[in-house]
Amino acid sequence: MDDEAHIEFRCFATLGGYQPENADRFPVVPGETAGDVIRRVGLPLDEVNTVFVNGRQALMSQRLEPGDRIGVFPKVGGG
Amino acid sequence: MDKIIRINTRDRTHRVENLSDMGFLGGRALTSRIIAKEVPPDAHPLSSANKLVFAPGLLCGTTAPNSGRISVGGKSPLTHGIKESNAGGTVALALARLGIAAVVLEDKPDEDADWCALRISADGVEFHDAGELAGKTTYNCVEPVHKAFGEKNAWAVIGPGGETCRQASTIQFTDPSGRPTRSAGRGGLGAVMGSKKVKALVVDPSGGERVKAEDVDAFKTSTKRWAAMLKEHPVTSGGLPSYGTAVLINIINEAGALPTKNFRDGRFDKAPNISGEKMAEIIEKRGGKTREGCHPGCVIQCSQMYMDEKGEYLTSGFEYETLWALGANTTIDNLDDLAVMDRTCDEFGLDTIEMGNTLAVAMEAGIIPWGDGKAAIGLLRRVGDPSDPLGRIVGNGARFLGDAYGIDRVAVVKNQSLPAYDPRSTKGIGVTYCTSTQGADHTAGYAICQNVLNVGGHVDPLSKEGQVELSKNLQVATASIDSCGFCLFVAFAVLDNEDGVQTMADLVGARFGRSFSSDDFVALGVSTLKDEQDFNERAGFTKAHDQLPRFFSTEPLPPHNTTWDFTAEEMQGAKV
Repeated sequence: MDDEAHIEFRCFATLGGYQPENADRFPVVPGETAGDVIRRVGLPLDEVNTVFVNGRQALMSQRLEPGDRIGVFPKVGGG
Repeated sequence: MDKIIRINTRDRTHRVENLSDMGFLGGRALTSRIIAKEVPPDAHPLSSANKLVFAPGLLCGTTAPNSGRISVGGKSPLTHGIKESNAGGTVALALARLGIAAVVLEDKPDEDADWCALRISADGVEFHDAGELAGKTTYNCVEPVHKAFGEKNAWAVIGPGGETCRQASTIQFTDPSGRPTRSAGRGGLGAVMGSKKVKALVVDPSGGERVKAEDVDAFKTSTKRWAAMLKEHPVTSGGLPSYGTAVLINIINEAGALPTKNFRDGRFDKAPNISGEKMAEIIEKRGGKTREGCHPGCVIQCSQMYMDEKGEYLTSGFEYETLWALGANTTIDNLDDLAVMDRTCDEFGLDTIEMGNTLAVAMEAGIIPWGDGKAAIGLLRRVGDPSDPLGRIVGNGARFLGDAYGIDRVAVVKNQSLPAYDPRSTKGIGVTYCTSTQGADHTAGYAICQNVLNVGGHVDPLSKEGQVELSKNLQVATASIDSCGFCLFVAFAVLDNEDGVQTMADLVGARFGRSFSSDDFVALGVSTLKDEQDFNERAGFTKAHDQLPRFFSTEPLPPHNTTWDFTAEEMQGAKV
């Protein structure tokens, strides 16, 4: 029985090295928040500037649902 | 820096005027003032009544970091409104050292007149025959320009695009390595230069002087603070130098705002293939350079040298906008193909944003298949053949090609193609596209900072709330930044530092030994925009022109399924 839920979990730019190997199917336990998984992979919180959940900017306290897509960015700009 | 050099391209004479008769102006403030005052608003952009103005910003030539940008102004052949197209490169510094605030190209010679190259030095202005340069691509001008004028000049040149007066043509400026890679890209000003039969503008700074601040101590103090601000901010010190502007591909894609397949989707499934991270990986593998400045005195270093598979130089200034326009918007995801397309645009002197949108329209029309990089390169190269009718049509931009082929899906405002952010999911930038005097332009009021990047605060990109005011404030600040000669990317640091605007104002005050407050800094932007709006109104633009094409209001954009829901009336709040 597969009682694990999964999310897509991507880290970008200078945080790319923290992206887990199982980024396409990253397991989460019920009730986990964006902040929980970010800490779990060891991302340095002071370098995390923008967190997207399903393309919307999210707070660290946002609860994750199975199938969510999370993207973590440092402060970037260009244009 | 008080001289205005007026060059008559018909009788090949010039005269020198004093800037102070016009007011305290530089860069965009000066180009827009000259155009608004002197060009009849109903003039055809390619007629003798139009003028082409090159003006370094107020702080060009000083030791203040990132203050070496040039403004080029004229009535745009693309939008038929006023145009300020901004570029890096070395010409701004060279003009500043010669004490020149602006070079104004006036009148035009007969159709069958010979091409000329203008040389400006401490000794004055010379007209040289440019028969040998005519028809050459910009890169192929390097050797003959060096042979004729020496290797230590700064110069601007048009390619076959400008020579044949294409509406998407650029003016290319030499970068610090001497290559003509930096573009005054938008609005077709290369065609204005071409209409005046000027192939190149060569500036020899050798007899000039270093620019000195009037108040040396105050200038030194402000420069120190300014440099620290740029060197400490994570965007200007980390993301931009490491990945270039292409660092945006992934974050704009993640936000659901990366226009894909001619604005059908906000996400491109192959975005990682054209990202800044991927580009940096390839550059490092092939022995290129990930960091390079576009002008002397740049501490951000967001340009690069991109090499081909054999390790030979291919292109630089390989920007996010270029990768998006030629890539995601056409669904081409091969970075090497995109680099060849970028190089081709620089060679022919074509705006990469306009060309990307034009290629997407060519794909709509079935001229070439979606996502086919080789076919796109082939079509672009046809622009270089003046006898090729399709090449001529493509070189005139997205709307012109759309009209020629009966395509109704063309993403333009005031005839200028949209840049790399879908306005349905980043509504602040949509307000800028609609209301900028320049046509659809992202740099004119870069609300992506607050909509997506969390620089200078946060404004929900999907909501209408706060967007009009945000865009207006940014448009004013940008006009000031462009007038000072600052690189727009200083704004990332300025927006996150309380003393950012004050420091810029202090630099201007100390440079010229006059009182210049942060209010004066803002007022400079407001008066510049007023000049531009006034010209456009007299040229026939109304509020009905301040709107996106209708499909943005009727087609929801995945993944957020939002539409553009502002009226043209609501847009008027973003005007000064």
